[in-house]
Amino acid sequence: MLKILKYSFYDLIRSRWSYVYFLFYLALGFVLLFLNNDVSKAVITLMNVIIVLVPLIGTIFGVMYYYNSREFTELLLAQPIKRSSIFLGQYFGVSGSLTLSLVLGLGIPFVLYGLLRSNAIFDFTLLLVTGAFLTFIFVGLSFVIAISNENKIKGFGYAVLLWLFLAVVYDGLFLMSLIMFEEYPLDTFSLVATALNPIDLSRILILLKLDISALLGYTGAIFKKFFGTDLGFVISLTILLLWTILPILGLQYKAKRKDF
Amino acid sequence: MRLDVQHIKYILGFAFLMGFQIGSANTWTVCGTCENTSIKKTIDRAAPHDTLLIEKGTYKEFEILVEKPLVIKGIGYPIVDGEKKGEIFRVTSDNVTLDGLFVINVGVSYTKDNAAIRIVQSKNFSIQNMVLEQLFFGIYLEKSSHGKVYHNRIIGDAVDEYNSGNGIQLWYSSDVEVRKNHVQGTRDGIYLEFSDRITITDNVSMDNLRYGLHFMFSNNDVYSNNTFENNGAGVAVMFSKFITMKNNTFRKNWGTAAYGMLLKEINDAEIVGNTFEENTIGINIEGSNRINYTNNDFIGNGWAIRVVGACYTNSFKGNNFLYNSFDISYNSKLNDNVFEGNFWSSYTGYDLDKDGFGDVPYRPVKLFSYVVNRTPETIVLLRSLFMDIIDFSERVSPVFTPDNLKDAQPLMKIRP
Repeated sequence: MLKILKYSFYDLIRSRWSYVYFLFYLALGFVLLFLNNDVSKAVITLMNVIIVLVPLIGTIFGVMYYYNSREFTELLLAQPIKRSSIFLGQYFGVSGSLTLSLVLGLGIPFVLYGLLRSNAIFDFTLLLVTGAFLTFIFVGLSFVIAISNENKIKGFGYAVLLWLFLAVVYDGLFLMSLIMFEEYPLDTFSLVATALNPIDLSRILILLKLDISALLGYTGAIFKKFFGTDLGFVISLTILLLWTILPILGLQYKAKRKDF
Repeated sequence: MRLDVQHIKYILGFAFLMGFQIGSANTWTVCGTCENTSIKKTIDRAAPHDTLLIEKGTYKEFEILVEKPLVIKGIGYPIVDGEKKGEIFRVTSDNVTLDGLFVINVGVSYTKDNAAIRIVQSKNFSIQNMVLEQLFFGIYLEKSSHGKVYHNRIIGDAVDEYNSGNGIQLWYSSDVEVRKNHVQGTRDGIYLEFSDRITITDNVSMDNLRYGLHFMFSNNDVYSNNTFENNGAGVAVMFSKFITMKNNTFRKNWGTAAYGMLLKEINDAEIVGNTFEENTIGINIEGSNRINYTNNDFIGNGWAIRVVGACYTNSFKGNNFLYNSFDISYNSKLNDNVFEGNFWSSYTGYDLDKDGFGDVPYRPVKLFSYVVNRTPETIVLLRSLFMDIIDFSERVSPVFTPDNLKDAQPLMKIRP
């Protein structure tokens, strides 16, 4: 598995798209800091970018890589290598290289602008960790989709739809249901619904640090316990980890049963 | 020559006065090994205008009644221990000075408001450099006026509201100066009821159970340069007129009913140069009219300003709104308040004619804040892409928010 991981990783590191992705984040970081000149403000803006763009790019990259390297995968399958290690190797290769681009692309400008001396370093680290989690989750989901669909167009379509659903539509439905059932106690429901969407979950995780004063404005014992203590932080991180493991298990399951 | 004569006259007069003073006033020393070992008994013996010097030691006394003008001064912070039996100092005479005592263990009562120091119907009192600990009520001014509460440290250990008292309480008092005090861990840090013309300056009020500062039915008061931090519900100003609030700092008042400042039924006030930082709600306004909010800084609050209702002819000018989750929340479609020349960190307009004001008006009320007002649980959707899209469309064509609630001249640069 490690050999395949290494191969995929180096292959991607040398590819054009990785550089584009890296340069995009580098430019974004510099522009944000140049316009704001305030690290903590830039972190807030960056949050919006991370919870929307990182999943999108992860999804598209994952699907693209899977379909492009299909012939190579078939070649590998003919060798005496475990199936799971082939797919997991590719998966970790893709998500690893994307995460590296993200961390370096955003990290370099922020370090240059004096992040290490500012007190936003914790928020920023949290932002990068969440970004990494989202990359792993969405590359995993896109791999599962790609492996279940022979048709490239269909696979792409499903993957983009999945992103659109989780990033926008889900929140719309969530909001509608909250307003429709506003007569009922909703705090448990809203926290569970948040946990069921990795994008919402990462958003809450970052908000716990950035907008805690607003989040505490709502009267409710469960909210207060969740947002007011470290409990919320620990629980969200745990569920995010679960969200990462789930697609990997799905990938293994699919890979084992797929007939090439 | 004539000048010299006058000089001499003054000097003679002054010397005469001094001599009179020294001649009539005695100084009594109280200590564990002196002739006088009890504060109470020495007060009985002393004549008006005498001075009592309390030396270092512990004095287990309570209900000490001061009914003649005296100066009671501690040397090296002597401890006056009330042993939780009741009130400790009760002053009923004019011209009393209490200075430099360490007063502890006030008796908690459910029927009487026991205080460490109670001033009753007196004038020209002065309470300074006192340290009060383990208290019920701290300094209680009752129908007193023209006094000074200066540089005291009041440290309570209040846990529940029903069995704790206020740090400094003014009841039917007027013309009092409250300066440089530090109040912490009481129910209300400083509480004013029916008290007019009070000046509250340079105080620190923190970690109190309820309000850091609480006004009720008190008019023409000024508070400035105070710091209110981490109080249960911030600062409440209620049912009062002509209050001036200047250069205060309100920080970290977090919670479901916590406000930097709560205004209820306040008319004709001036709120100038204050800083509201990281509060759940910076200012909560209800039924308050003709208030000028000028040059305040709102930094990183959940809601910078929340208007609950019935607020007319207020003006918000030259304030900085920086990185608040919501700048302004509003619950009606009618707006009679003026927003002008403020700096909004989330303003995205441009300034083509370079006059320092944005060319596009800024609408500080987000649709999302309406949604949150209606269904509070939706706060978990804060900063989501979906909400941003909805807010954007509302901003382009307002449907729910008052059409004229906007800053037509938003500042392009932050007000220094």
